[in-house]
Amino acid sequence: MTDRLDVRKTYKLYIGGAFPRSESGRTFAVEGHDGATLAHAPLGSRKDLRDAVAAARSAQGGWAGRTAYNRAQILYRIAEMLEGRSAQFIDELARGAGATGVDPAAEVRASIDRWVWYAGWADKIAQMAGGANPVAGPYFNLSVPEPSGVAVVVAPDDPPLLGLVSRLAPAIVSGNSAVVILSETAPLAALTFCEVLATSDLPGGVVNVLTGRRAELVPHAAAHRDVDVLDLIGVDDSGLRTDAERAAADSVTRVIRPRPADTDWSHDASQRPDLILASCEIKTVWHPKGR
Amino acid sequence: MADSSPTTPTPFDLDYAAAPESTSIVSIAERYSLFIGGDWVEPRSEATFTTVNPATEEPLAEIAEAGADDVDRAVAAARAAFDQWSSWPGRERAKVLYRVARLLQERSREFAVLESIDGGKPIKESRDVDVPLAAAHFFYYAGWADKLGYAFPGQRPSPVGVAAQIIPWNFPLLMASWKLAPALATGNTVVLKPAETTPLTALLLAEVLQEAGMPPGVVNIITGAGATGAALVDHPGIDKVAFTGSTEVGKHIQRSLAGRDVRLTLELGGKAANIVFEDAAIDQAVEGVVNGIYFNQGHVCCAGSRLLVQESVADLLLDKLKRRLDTLRVGDPLDKNTDVGAINSLAQLDKIEELVASGVAEGAQLYQPDCPLPERGWFHRPTLFTDVSLSHRIAREEIFGPVLSVLTFRTPDEAVAKANNTPYGLSAGIWTEKGSRILWMADQLKAGVVWANTFNRLDPTSPFGGYRESGFGREGGRHGLEPYLELTDLVAT
Repeated sequence: MTDRLDVRKTYKLYIGGAFPRSESGRTFAVEGHDGATLAHAPLGSRKDLRDAVAAARSAQGGWAGRTAYNRAQILYRIAEMLEGRSAQFIDELARGAGATGVDPAAEVRASIDRWVWYAGWADKIAQMAGGANPVAGPYFNLSVPEPSGVAVVVAPDDPPLLGLVSRLAPAIVSGNSAVVILSETAPLAALTFCEVLATSDLPGGVVNVLTGRRAELVPHAAAHRDVDVLDLIGVDDSGLRTDAERAAADSVTRVIRPRPADTDWSHDASQRPDLILASCEIKTVWHPKGR
Repeated sequence: MADSSPTTPTPFDLDYAAAPESTSIVSIAERYSLFIGGDWVEPRSEATFTTVNPATEEPLAEIAEAGADDVDRAVAAARAAFDQWSSWPGRERAKVLYRVARLLQERSREFAVLESIDGGKPIKESRDVDVPLAAAHFFYYAGWADKLGYAFPGQRPSPVGVAAQIIPWNFPLLMASWKLAPALATGNTVVLKPAETTPLTALLLAEVLQEAGMPPGVVNIITGAGATGAALVDHPGIDKVAFTGSTEVGKHIQRSLAGRDVRLTLELGGKAANIVFEDAAIDQAVEGVVNGIYFNQGHVCCAGSRLLVQESVADLLLDKLKRRLDTLRVGDPLDKNTDVGAINSLAQLDKIEELVASGVAEGAQLYQPDCPLPERGWFHRPTLFTDVSLSHRIAREEIFGPVLSVLTFRTPDEAVAKANNTPYGLSAGIWTEKGSRILWMADQLKAGVVWANTFNRLDPTSPFGGYRESGFGREGGRHGLEPYLELTDLVAT
């Protein structure tokens, strides 16, 4: 009798609520601290990215059309599911490379709390950032924030879960859908996080997650004409970033401007309502008043 | 024959007599230099260009064309003035802006006449819309200058620095006010570049700023064309760019700022749908449609250039619309009876005519009133196209002229699909008496401004700006402060 062998996990992409392999059939090896291979992650392709954007687009209207109360509950549900599986994430983060400065247990706790914090904004952001405008004439007019549409979020390498959560939650709480390009060096825990999303009543397609090479995926994401918002927070390579910003101009895609506090992920200043508004449009609606 | 019938009245001329506004209140200099550091300075480039009255094709003045050296000087002046201006108490900045608003009101007739001479817009529009709204913007933002701490809960505001502002030729004074008032209220200093065809009211505004006690260098006005604008955008000393103009130029600016830590807001083109349902108050809708597209010769980024009319009332609405078109008075911008003035430039007239020709070539039906056009100057008849399909260029491209394309729809869903079938998203109109449908439509439309049972309303308290290729960022209201502020978190919780 040999000892029982462990059942290893096949990591997959998360697109349209399903867990497909990359259409390219490619993978790349993800290493742990000791340099040993932890697992093979799918090497997402340009076609995977297009599929993810298409899934995000088709899910966006329904997600934005839900009540803010319902979106709030689903974001809170994500926190619930993450809390229940926190031991698994602490373990997975501890094995993966990348989480250099952050204690995995603290990272998971902060990630859970971040979902709770943003969940509460779903039905408050319109009251904070919208309102009635006192125009000089017989008109009723009000301004409301609305989701821009499809956001692409490039997640930072470190910390891999908290960094992702800190940018994804504000992107989707207002009703955007998202395509996430994960850390290249430490993507595994974040890929497992897709299982949390899939079991949190979040409609399929609202969040779509790719692993792969930023240098390969980011240029296509930036140039994609059906992308409305680009968050390049995880792009460290300044050349790649500049090229992406330039490509975004072809369809006047909004690029989220990073602020100095943005990389201090465990600090409260990295959670802000203006991060929600960065992927929102302000719409002003007018109507005459009269008898 | 009819004349001899005793029951038929003798026809007589119902036309209005000419009612020209006097130009005596305006004096235009032969030459204008650059306004930098509080002084009028000759351009180092030594280049000039001519600004022309589009209604007469006569030259009005020689305007300095700022070169890279001049841009450099203007940015340096703005930088030098920044520490002082940004450290003024908000209360004192407010007073200067209040004075500007008051001076604009006092000199409103002078500004209105000059705006119509330089740009070709009807005097009734410059008098009743452009100048009063310009003053209102200064008045509104003046009041924010000492209340910024209340604007963004939980965040401490500070000014961004030197703002480069590039404005278009369709509302020269109004756009200058939209740009300057929030930038100055928030403590920034500015280099403003007006459009090359319409620099005169911005230069007159420089006088008002001086008179109001604006410290030297806080506002610098440099004139020139695209090359001047490009030099300003490329200048390493700026912290923010605010641009209103074409989508094409906006994309170019966004591209050239890639990789730089310069904030950007863009207010670009549009191809707005004006959607009329069968239960709409038809006569009001006709007025709204006319105002939506023929206001300011159609030189309006938020113009309702696509009329979507429900099939069941299309014939009725079109009959009324054509009859209304026949009554529009095209001609001398300075005549108080004029509805449609001069096209801003020959280049723009050529562009409009080229797109109108494409509409005819692609099979749309052209309607134009048989009105006389002045023999001199650049004019275009109010134009209506029926039998338009979504694939026609006149339904897709921004024309920026008095040209309306009419499409039909059957269901609200179809109206939404057609309205949103454009890369633009600046504005939209809804005409229906049904409140629930207005609210539903307003939710569905991808546009920054939605006018229900009205059109082209603007107000300084109201955020204005686009979705998608109509740009990003908002001007107007509390939201219009944000592009000019750095916000530091106070993190109350």
